[in-house]
Amino acid sequence: MSDVQTPLPGTFYHRPSPNDAPYKAKGDAVAVGDVIGLIEVMKTFIEVKAEAAGTFGGYVTENEAAVTAGQVLATVDA
Amino acid sequence: MAIERLFIANRGEIAVRVIRAAQALGIHTIQAHSEADADMLAVKLADEAVCIGPAAARDSYLNVDRVVAAAQKAGADAVHPGYGFLSESPRFARALEAAGITYVGPSADTIERMGDKVAARQAAEAAGTPVVPGSKGRIDGVDEAAQVAATVGYPVMIKAAAGGGGRGIRIADTEDELRKLAPQAQAEAQAAFGDGGLYLERVVRNPRHIEVQILGDGSRAVHCYERECSLQRRRQKVWEEAGAVCLDEETRQALCASAVALAEAVSYSGAGTLEFLYDEASNEFFFIEMNTRIQVEHPVTEMITGVDLVQEMLRIAGGEPLRLTQDQIKVHGHAIEVRINAEDPLMQFMPFPGQVGALRLPEGEGIRVDHCLYEGYQIPPFYDSLIGKVIAHGADRPDAITRLRGALRAFGVEGLKTTIPLHLALADDPQVQAGTFHTQWLEPWLDAGNLTPLAATGGAS
Repeated sequence: MSDVQTPLPGTFYHRPSPNDAPYKAKGDAVAVGDVIGLIEVMKTFIEVKAEAAGTFGGYVTENEAAVTAGQVLATVDA
Repeated sequence: MAIERLFIANRGEIAVRVIRAAQALGIHTIQAHSEADADMLAVKLADEAVCIGPAAARDSYLNVDRVVAAAQKAGADAVHPGYGFLSESPRFARALEAAGITYVGPSADTIERMGDKVAARQAAEAAGTPVVPGSKGRIDGVDEAAQVAATVGYPVMIKAAAGGGGRGIRIADTEDELRKLAPQAQAEAQAAFGDGGLYLERVVRNPRHIEVQILGDGSRAVHCYERECSLQRRRQKVWEEAGAVCLDEETRQALCASAVALAEAVSYSGAGTLEFLYDEASNEFFFIEMNTRIQVEHPVTEMITGVDLVQEMLRIAGGEPLRLTQDQIKVHGHAIEVRINAEDPLMQFMPFPGQVGALRLPEGEGIRVDHCLYEGYQIPPFYDSLIGKVIAHGADRPDAITRLRGALRAFGVEGLKTTIPLHLALADDPQVQAGTFHTQWLEPWLDAGNLTPLAATGGAS
């Protein structure tokens, strides 16, 4: 299992916009570079990408939660 | 009635600025803050502080009901909105009025009217302030297009009257070109929207952004001269000057007078800014919009005129008539402001909400720093990246640039990446030094790789 961490502090979003579905659902296949979520930092949106392939284990951090740099956002099972 | 207890519904450097102005006038200050801003500098400086909600701006600084309730509970008799957030919200101004609290700014109706592009353009036309010339209604034939273009002036933009966006826009420099392009535009408009009607508007190529600062008390208005804010990235101003050295004196006077005419026509109360596009080739200016609030770049105007705009706002909101007459407002020298953002300019301006380490602020003759920093301050990631502004005032523009460069080199802040390297590179650029830039200048300059770690040190090793 690997953790997806945020490189920056800010606000974490599971979805590209409020009307869209989350980027990933539990059980989805994950490839290296897949977008897992967005971090809003100082009005800028940064994509958080998977660094390891596997099966999406789920979000660990809630949608729209405030996060600190290095915090685990989601897990990916190898 | 003079303001006694002022509630500041903003954060960051502008909250600090408002507190200082209020305290200079003997006004008690109450600072609003979100849960993420409990330790910001403005909270430490204010006489009181009140938490208005969670970190997310929509639940705190942008929440009208919460801000009004907090101001009421704190016994405030006035609210200063700063810039951004609720500073141009008619709903906020109305809610305060209903609560019996003075809004430091114009009336809700004026905010609403000047915030509407069409209504603002109509108000400008009625006051005799020039707007970008265009056709009054739809145009159906090529001859009619040529006729209208002759009065609007070339180059003209031809677009479909129906539909929006950039679809089918063509630019004609001459009547010959127009006669070639108009039928194509008509055919395309017919195909795309089922309507071949056209609209014509003058194209202002590579305009400069010039704006006029005004102060009004509802019956009379004065101007505090102009600012040039053409250096922009992603429509955000980066470097601002007072005055605009590209203007001749006659044009400057005409520009400022037309701004006063519009401000008086809408019975403007408080500090406001009228923004114009300036076409250097034809020496024409066109009103584009009005900002009904204090602006980030107001300090350059304060430096050259000696007028404290924020104090004047508070006096006017407190019921005093405008204290200044136009002939009392005089310009001394030139001033430049640069925006210090917590961003890494060498990494595509990536935000950098770090913790402030050792801090060394520049000082000296003609140097002013408006900021919200102190050693140990953790910059929250939830808001704008603007953390301060360096303002340099000199006898003339070259003198101001020299002082600015010195101040930027003396500015030390550990623990953060900032836009200081960008401003040092700009200060050393020959075109910036010559003042030959426009609103479309900075982005290509950045894309061309002019900002390098070497340039950022100003060439010094």
